[in-house]
Parts: sequence; C-alpha cells; structure tokens
Amino acid sequence: MLKIHNLNTHYGNIHALKGIDLAVNQGEIVSLIGSNGAGKSTTLLTIAGLLKPTAGSITFKGREISNQPPHEIVKMGISLSPEGREVFPGLSVSENLTLGAFIMKDKAKIKTAFERVYELFPRLKERRNQVAGTLSGGEQQMLAIARALMAEPQLLMLDEPSLGLAPNIVAMIFELIQSINQQGTTIMLIEQNANMAMNVSHRTYVLETGKISLQGDSKELIKNQEVKRAYLGVV
Amino acid sequence: MIVQQIFNGLALGMSYALIAVGYSLVFGILRLINFSHGSVYAFGAHMVLMFVSMNLGLIPAIFLSILLTGLLGMLIDKTALQPLRKKKSIPIAGLITTIGISYIIQNMLMILFGSERKPFPALFDKGMINILSVQISSTQVFMMVVSILLLAIMTFVINKTKIGLAMRALSQNVKAAHLMGINVNFVVIFTFFLGGASAAIAGTLISGYYQIVYPTMGFVAGLKAFSAAVLGGIGVLHGAVIGGLIVGVSESLAAAFLGGTYRDAVSFIVLIIVLVLKPDGLFGKKGIMKV
Ligand SMILES: Nc1ncnc2c1ncn2[C@@H]1O[C@H](COP(=O)(O)OP(=O)(O)O)[C@@H](O)[C@H]1O
Ligand SMILES: [Mg+2]
Repeated sequence: MLKIHNLNTHYGNIHALKGIDLAVNQGEIVSLIGSNGAGKSTTLLTIAGLLKPTAGSITFKGREISNQPPHEIVKMGISLSPEGREVFPGLSVSENLTLGAFIMKDKAKIKTAFERVYELFPRLKERRNQVAGTLSGGEQQMLAIARALMAEPQLLMLDEPSLGLAPNIVAMIFELIQSINQQGTTIMLIEQNANMAMNVSHRTYVLETGKISLQGDSKELIKNQEVKRAYLGVV
Repeated sequence: MIVQQIFNGLALGMSYALIAVGYSLVFGILRLINFSHGSVYAFGAHMVLMFVSMNLGLIPAIFLSILLTGLLGMLIDKTALQPLRKKKSIPIAGLITTIGISYIIQNMLMILFGSERKPFPALFDKGMINILSVQISSTQVFMMVVSILLLAIMTFVINKTKIGLAMRALSQNVKAAHLMGINVNFVVIFTFFLGGASAAIAGTLISGYYQIVYPTMGFVAGLKAFSAAVLGGIGVLHGAVIGGLIVGVSESLAAAFLGGTYRDAVSFIVLIIVLVLKPDGLFGKKGIMKV
C-alpha cells in the first residue's frame, strides 16, 4: 500500500532522515519506534506532505506522492493525527470533526462518519458542543484520532497517541487502535511506549538517528535482546 | 447637535469598519499586518471613477471595481506574499513587502489618474431626512445600511460556510489545517479577495460621502481603520466593527467641538487610551500576537 524508498529529509542543514526504506501493507498495523529525536515524526510529516523530502520516493497504491501538497495527500486516503494533538482550540468538538471531513462532499457520508466516531468515542459525543481547548489531554487525544478518522482514510498515521496520558486512558486508546484496524483501516503507529506498540502491531521498524536499524514481526522483535535493552527497559 | 454628530460618526465609523475588517481578516489567518490595504482601498475608489468615466453607469462601475479590487488583493498575495510563505521568511519581511506594495499602488494611481483631488459622484443622494430634529443625509443612511449588510454577509460567510470554517481553522492552527485537506493557499487568496472587495466598497462609500478621491486617500483612512481593528482586538471581526464605530464617533465629535484640525489626532488618542487599559483591544484574545 505504502512504499518508501531511500527517503531523505532535511531541516535546513540538519539531515533528519538519512535514507529510510519501509513498507506498509493493506490491513496491517505497523509501528515505528525509536528514541527521542530519531526522526519518527519527521517520517510521518514527510509522508503527509508537510515536509518535502530532499531525496527518495514515497508511493501510495502505486502512485508517487512525495511531490504532492498535503491537501492532495489527504484526498488520496492518508490521514495523520499529529504529535501533540494539534486540535483547533477555539472551535467546538463537532466543528473539529467537521474539519476532519473537510475533503468529503457527500453529506450522507459525513453523517455516517460522525456516527462512526461517536460510537468509537462516546465521550466526544457528550462533549460535542464544548470548545476543544477546554477538553482534558486524553479527550483532546481522542479528538485528534477521531478527527483523522473523519476523512475515512485508508491509511491512518498516529504520532504518539499515548503521550502524556494516564495509564487507563493509554490502555483504552490502544484498544481503540486495534478496533479501528479491525474495521479495515491500515495503521502506522509511532510510539515512545515501545512495549505497547509492539504488542498491538503486526510489524515494527526501529529508527535510530534517521536510519532504520531493525525491522521485523513485532512478535519476534519484542524478544530481540537489543530491542529489549534499548527500548523496553529490560536489563 | 451632539446626537447629530454621533450619527455622522456612526455612518463614517461603519465604513471604517469595512476597511478595518480587511486588516482583521488577513491578520486573523496570517498574523500579518497588511499595510497595502489602505492603497487597495484608494485603488477601489479610483476604479469606480474610471469605469464611470467610461460611461458604464454607476452601479456597473461599482461592481466592476469590487471585482477588480478583489483581484488586486489576490494578485498581491500570489505574487508577493505567497513566495515569502513558501520560503518561510521572517514575519517582518511580509510587513515590509506590504508597505512597498502600498507605495507601488499609490504611484500607479498617480501615474494613471494624476495626484490631484478629483470629484466623485454622490451616492444615493436623496437630500436630507429629518428624524426628531436630527438632520440625516440620505447618503449617510445609505452608507450605514450597505455597511451593516456587508458586515452581516461577511459574518455569515465566516461562521456558516465551509470556506469560512476553513478560514477559522487556519487562523487557529495552520499545520492542522493542512492535515484536514484544506488547500491553505486557496483559503488565503480567497481572504485577500474578500479584503480587496470590501475595501473597494468602503472606498466607494467614503468617496461618495466626501465626493472626492485622490491617490493618497488610503493613507489616513487606512491608519484609522487599522487602529480601529487594533482597538477592537485585531483578528476579531466584531471587534473591527465596534472599533470602527468608536473611531468614527470620536472623530466627528472632535471635529464638531474641537475643530477639524483635531479630528485625526483624537481617534489615535482614543486608541492609545484603550491599548493602555486593555492591551489586546476591546474584544481581543489574549496572546494572539504571540502566535
Ligand atoms: N522544526 C525543526 N527544525 C529543526 N530540526 C528539527 C525540527 N524538528 C525536528 N528536528 C530535528 O530532527 C530530528 C528528528 O526529529 P523528530 O522527527 O521530531 O524525532 P522523533 O519524532 O523521533 O522524536 C531531531 O534531531 C530533531 O532535533
Ligand atoms: Mg516525535
């Protein structure tokens, strides 16, 4: 579905991605783990078109997308729930969700999308008229995920959905990620919480200072000594 | 007398509000003070004059001017500001660019129309109306009605339409707006069209009121409208309206009771007092300048 080859991205002189190769197959949950500053967010922002790669290719369903502006990439079926939530703080929950469905023209489809996310996130339904900036951190994270789902993406990218949340909320978010995947959405997941990420995902890539250092089935990789030591806090 | 002056001020203030809205809209979504707006306003007034002199009739001339001035706004963004955004240049570069554009437009108007003051046709001049011993000119009533109508339409566009939602989204979080699939450049350029079109309408109304136009007419009017926008809280639409009314009324009271010499100074004194008391303007959101 998504194929990335030799992807390079710079921030001015900083060479953040140094030739990344990865692939996501339809129906999968793929996690991308790595320590702070490894280049995980940069990878997703480059796929989403917010950053332009300096070399390499990104193809989605056989089409080159690295030269496309962000709004075209959303239309092709890729949505990103960014790191730090980035909700529209002054708009209501339902306005935020309406914006998530911005690319959809069919009113009936938008209505179905609302019903779906309200079913997944009943809390958001209760708070639909509340201004997003006044939601709790966990609720804002739910809103960010729900908003990305409103466009009914084929590939949903989640950047650190568990960041800064209480353990019970984190568990709930991971359950939701699995049920969204079971409903047919392919997911690419970035996490600091490597253990959780590897438990829910089919395959995992490990990113280290802009390069993929390890990859494989999550079930295998979770047993890898190096991964255990570096990312799972096992001595 | 005082009621009379207040009414004069309200009519004038409404059209300041129309100019102020243009500053506020652009500031709201780009955090950019568009100093070319005053000249765009002068351009709009001159276009009406040009089309009238081509014997197109006043109403078609006004509509053509609105369209052309809106296009000028789009052109400014497309040729000068969009390239700066693409290069992620520092904010001050955009500000200086708009000052430069302001002079380019002004000089172009001087070359095409001459720098002298030219008569402008009176708008909707049906004489005076007497309400409770207050003399109101029909031009003023017309000015107010048109301004209120336009501000209502603009409020509707921003709060109830899809492009309006995109504008509000953009004003809060540009990155997230991109991620929603919003064509950000299109929304920005549309905002510049709205700003230009509303400036042309304001230019037409105010020129119809004073019955005079000249290339530098946008300088003081632009500064006053800008201070109206800041006074109300820049980036907040109803703030621009209230700000415009306050500037208009204080100006006409000053002209009546202190003499015409003081009219411009007084509106800025009011601005400074408001900013000292309420640094974000009357309806401003805290910290909006920090974004
Ligand atoms: N806006 C930016 N400007 C300059 N450098 C950046 C910027 N964002 C990230 N970086 C750098 O790029 C590298 C990768 O960052 P990032 O992708 O955010 O890492 P991760 O998401 O894995 O924590 C880091 O060295 C970081 O300092
Ligand atoms: Mg990150």
